[in-house]
Amino acid sequence: MNLTLKIWRQKNATSKGRFVTYKVNDISTSSSFLEMMDVLNESLVMKGEDPVAFDHDCREGICGACSMYINGHPHGPDKAVTTCQLHMRKFSDGETIVIEPWRARPFPVLKDLIVDRSAFDKIIQAGGYISVNTGGIPDANAIPIPKVKADLSMDAAACIGCGACVAACKNASAMLFVSAKVSQFALLPQGRIEAAERVQAMVAEMDKQGFGNCTNTGACEAECPKEISISNIARMNREFLSAKVCAPKVKEMNEGGG
Amino acid sequence: MALAGLFLISFLVVHLSINLLLLFDDSRELFNIAAHFMGTNPVIQVFQIVLFGGIILHILLGIILQIQNWLARPTRYKVEGYSHTSFFSKFMIHTGAVILAFLVIHLFNFFFKAKFGELETVMIGNDSYEDMGILVIEKFKEFPYVIMYVVWLLFLGFHLDHAFHSALQSLGLNHSKYTPVAFGISRALAILIAGGFILIPVVIYITQ
Amino acid sequence: MAELNSKIPKGLLPQKWTDYKNHINLVNPPNKRKLEIIVVGTGLAGASAAASLAEMGFKVKNYCYQDSPRRAHSIAAQGGINAAKNYQNDGDSVYRLFYDTIKGGDYRAREANVYRLAEVSNSIIDQCVAQGVPFAREYGGLLDNRSFGGAQVSRTFYARGQTGQQLLIGAYSALSRQIKKGNVEMFTRHEMLDVVLVEGKARGIIVRNLVTGAIERHAAHAVVLATGGYGNVFFLSTNAMGSNATAIWKAHKRGAFFGNPCFTQIHPTCIPVHGDFQSKLTLMSESLRNDGRIWVPKKKEDAEKIRHGKLLPTAIAEEDRDYYLERRYPAFGNLVPRDVASRAAKERCDAGFGVGETGLAVYLDFSDSINRLGKSTIEARYGNLFQMYEKIVDENPYKTPMMIYPAVHYTMGGLWVDYELMTTVPGLFAIGEANFSDHGANRLGASALMQGLADGYFVLPYTIQNYLADQIRVPKFSTDLPEFKQTEKEATDRLQRLMNVKGNQTVDSFHRRLGLIMWDNVGMGRNEAGLKNAIVEIAKLREEFWKDVKISGEPNEINPELEKAGRVADFLELGELMARDALNRNESCGGHFREEYQTPEGEAMRNDEDFKYAAAWEYTGESAEPKLNKEILDYEFIEVKQRNYK
Repeated sequence: MNLTLKIWRQKNATSKGRFVTYKVNDISTSSSFLEMMDVLNESLVMKGEDPVAFDHDCREGICGACSMYINGHPHGPDKAVTTCQLHMRKFSDGETIVIEPWRARPFPVLKDLIVDRSAFDKIIQAGGYISVNTGGIPDANAIPIPKVKADLSMDAAACIGCGACVAACKNASAMLFVSAKVSQFALLPQGRIEAAERVQAMVAEMDKQGFGNCTNTGACEAECPKEISISNIARMNREFLSAKVCAPKVKEMNEGGG
Repeated sequence: MALAGLFLISFLVVHLSINLLLLFDDSRELFNIAAHFMGTNPVIQVFQIVLFGGIILHILLGIILQIQNWLARPTRYKVEGYSHTSFFSKFMIHTGAVILAFLVIHLFNFFFKAKFGELETVMIGNDSYEDMGILVIEKFKEFPYVIMYVVWLLFLGFHLDHAFHSALQSLGLNHSKYTPVAFGISRALAILIAGGFILIPVVIYITQ
Repeated sequence: MAELNSKIPKGLLPQKWTDYKNHINLVNPPNKRKLEIIVVGTGLAGASAAASLAEMGFKVKNYCYQDSPRRAHSIAAQGGINAAKNYQNDGDSVYRLFYDTIKGGDYRAREANVYRLAEVSNSIIDQCVAQGVPFAREYGGLLDNRSFGGAQVSRTFYARGQTGQQLLIGAYSALSRQIKKGNVEMFTRHEMLDVVLVEGKARGIIVRNLVTGAIERHAAHAVVLATGGYGNVFFLSTNAMGSNATAIWKAHKRGAFFGNPCFTQIHPTCIPVHGDFQSKLTLMSESLRNDGRIWVPKKKEDAEKIRHGKLLPTAIAEEDRDYYLERRYPAFGNLVPRDVASRAAKERCDAGFGVGETGLAVYLDFSDSINRLGKSTIEARYGNLFQMYEKIVDENPYKTPMMIYPAVHYTMGGLWVDYELMTTVPGLFAIGEANFSDHGANRLGASALMQGLADGYFVLPYTIQNYLADQIRVPKFSTDLPEFKQTEKEATDRLQRLMNVKGNQTVDSFHRRLGLIMWDNVGMGRNEAGLKNAIVEIAKLREEFWKDVKISGEPNEINPELEKAGRVADFLELGELMARDALNRNESCGGHFREEYQTPEGEAMRNDEDFKYAAAWEYTGESAEPKLNKEILDYEFIEVKQRNYK
C-alpha cells in the first residue's frame, strides 16, 4: 500500500516544529506501524536527511515507550494496542496519516515525536510504592488476598505508563495513570497500610507537574492500550477524599516515612 | 464542583415540580401558593442564598478548572481527538456558558420581578397572593421568548447529560453494579428536567 | 592477566551460602554512606540491586538508555518466576529446583551458584508480594502456580501474562522510593560507552547523554553491569530494539573474561517471521505449552497444501497429525525444555513438514484444552496472549491453531563472574542476564526472572560488601584523573570515526546481514564448516561496516542512528567470538547443538570428558585471537547424567 504521512518534525526542545509531508510506497499490510516508520527512516537516511526520531523499544506492546498520536488517536485507530502493535492492515491504500507527538505541558517535545515523560516517574517517586526494604519479609502466603481483589489490583497494575491517557484527554489529565497505581495498592492489604499518605502525595505531585483535571470524559479509558478502567479514577477520588477528611493531621512525610 | 452540581440538580427538580403545577391547574392557585411559599418561607430564603452561592461556586470552579485544563495543553493537536467518549462531556464549559447567559435574562424576567417588582395580586381563599402565574403565562404568549427558552433548556439538557453520574464519579462513587444505573439516571434527569421545563412555555404558547 | 578463581566457598552444598554470609566482611553504616556504586541498567537485576544497595545506605548512581527505568526489557517476560515454595504440595524443594536447573542447563552451570539461586528463590516471592506485586491467586486467597518446561512440579508464580512487567514495576517502585530519598541518583536516556579502570580496578564509566549527545564521566568505588543479554546480535530476536551488548563488550575489552558466548537460547514459541521488513520477533509465553499441543501434518502433501493456502489446519484429521513432542518425549511431552522443543520444530520444518507461508512454522493447538476446560478457562489463562497473537497475525487462535517457530530469546553466556558475581576485573560486577552464571547451556522457563532478582535483591548486596569492605579508606574519585580523560577520549574518537565514515549503507542493513550470518551458522544447528565460514564472513562485514556505514544527523543531538551504529559495531565483534566459542566446543549441549555431535535419533551428544568446563574468553587485542581460559566444573554433589526427557 502507498501512504502519505504528515509528521511533526522538531529539531530539539527549544526549536519550533512543523509538519512535513512524506510519501511511502509498497508497505505490506502485515507490517507494524513502526516497521512502516523504519522503512521511511531508512529512505531518509539514504537521502542524507535526518530520520524521524521516535521512542520505541520492546515492540511487543509492554514497555510503554512508543507514543505516537495518529489521526487523532493516541496509538492510532485500533483498540487496546500500542503504536508498535498497530498493524498497517488497519489503514487503507492511499490514506493520509497525520502523526503527532503526545501534547501536554508536562510532556515537552525533545525531538520530533519524542517527548519527555519523566513527570510520570516523579509521580511514582512521590509515593507509588509500598515502603518495604529488601529482606526480612514474612512468607508470601502469610496474608491471603481475595482473588477478586487480587484480580482487580492486577487490572490496575497492567498500566504500562505510556501516557496515552494524558494524550487522549482533552484536559491532558494524568488521573488514569495515577489512579491505576493508587488502585493497585489500595486494593491489597499490604498497600492499605500507607494508602492515605500515598494518595495525597501522588495527587499533589500530579498537580505540581501541571497536568489538567479530570472531567470524566472517558477518553483515557477509550484509548488506553491496556484498557485500564476509569473506575480506578473513582477509587482514587474516594481514597483521596477519605484521606483528606479522615486521616489525622501529620507532619510532612519525613525520611523514615517515605 | 460535584457537590455544587448535585445541589443544583436538586434545585432544578424542585423548581420543575413547582412550575409543572401551572400546567395541571388552570386556576394557577396551586402554583401561586407554592411560589408564595418559596418567596416567603424563612428556611427557603436561607436556601436561596445557599443556592446562589452554589451557582457561583459551580461557575467559578468550572472556569478555574477549565483554565488549568487549557494550560495543561499549550500546543493543540492538528487532528483533535476522535476518541470514543460521551459527546456532551467535552463541551461542559460551552454549554455552561450558554446556560449562564440565559440565566441572567431569566432572573430579570422572573426572579427579580417577583422579588422586587410589583405583581398583580389574586385572592385564594381569604388570603391575597401575588399572581406569579400570570407573569409566566403572559411571557410565554410571546413567540420569541418561547423559542429562547426552548433553546436554553436544550442546552441545560446537554449539560445535565454529563452531570449526575459524573458527579458521583468525582466523589468516588463508582461500582460495577450501580454505575450503569447512575448513567441511566443521568440521561433520564437530562431528558426529564429539560423536557419538563420545555413543556411549560410550549404548552402555554399553544393553549393560550 | 587475571587468574580464574571462582571463589566457591568450602563446605557442604546447602551450607555454602550461609557460611559465606556468616564470614564475609561487611561495611558499617557510616562507611556505606561514603561509598558510591554505579549500577548500569534498570531491569530486574539492575533496579533491584540499585534499590537494595541504596536501602542499605550506599550511594548509588543508576543508568538506563530508556526514558524511564520502568521500560527495561525485563518487562516483556510473560510467563512467570520459579521458586521452590512447594505451595502445591507436589514434592518441590530447594534441591529439586537446583537439580532441575542444573539438568536443564545440561550440566554446564556452576553447582554452588545454582544451589544458592534455588535457595533464595523463596525470598524473592515473599519480597515481591510485600511490594504489592499482584500475583495470581486461588479462590482461597493463596498464591497460584503453573508448570513450566523442564520440571515435573508446579513452581511457577505468575501475574497473568505480564509477570516480568509486574516484577519489574515492583523493583522500579523500590528504586523510585530510593530516588525520592536521594540515595539513588537516576540517569535516564544515558548509554554506557566504556568502563574506566584506575590501577586495574573498575572506578567509573563513560556515558553518552542521549538527549544532548554529551559524553560524561562518572566515578564510583565499584561498577555493576546489569545490562542484559546480547540476543540482538541476531538482528531478529525477542529482545527490545535497544537491547545491546556495548557495556559488557567494552568491559570484556577492558579485561573482563567472556563466559560461554555461544550459549544462546532459541525460544520455541514465537510468532513466525512474516517478511523482510520485520524488525523484531514476538514471543508467545512458554506457559502456552501447558495447554497447547504442538503438531505438524503427518503427510508431506498436507503440509504442502497448507503452505499454499489450499488446506486449513482444522480440516486435518486427528490421525493425520503428528504431535511430535508427545511422540518423541512421552514423559515430558509438550513441556520439554526449550532447546529440545526448538530443535524438534526445526527438525520437522527442515524435513518438509512445516506450515505457514514460509514453511517455517508449526502448530500450537488449543482445541483439546478448549473442549476439556471451556473457552472461558483458556481465556482467563492466556487471554492477553491470544489477543496479542490475533493483533499481529490477524487470526483467531480460539478457532484456528496458532503458528509458532523458534526465535532467539536469551543468552546464557555473558561476562564470566565468580561466586561473588565479580568479573575478572576487580570492582566490576555483572548480574542478571549480563553474566554467564546460573543457566549453563540452556535456561529453563521462568528462571531468568528468578536469577535477575536473586542477583539484585539477595546476592550482590552481600557479595559486593566483601569487595567494598577494604575500600572504605579510598576517598571519592575525581573524574579528572588521566584514566577518565583517556577513556573518554577513546569513546569520543570512536563516535567521531563512525560519523566520519559517511558511506552508503544504513546501520540496519549491516545489522540485518550480521543477523543472517549468525542465524544460518551460529543458530539452532551449528557445524564446523558453517562456523568457520561465519568467522570469515563477520570479519569481512565488519570491515565493510567501518568503510561504508552511513549515519545521518549530528553527534551532539538525539541521534538514534548513531546509537544503533555504536551497538552494531560491537555486535560485529561479539558475533565473531560467539562463532569461535561454538567452534571450540566440540559437543552438543543445551542450546548449543553441533550437528556433528548427535545420537542417531538426533538427540544432543554431550562430551563431559573434554568439555565439562565454562569457557572464559580473554580479549588480547584488536587483531589478535582471543585466548581461551577454562573453569572446570566440578560436580561434587550431583551425578552428571545424560539429559533424558523421554
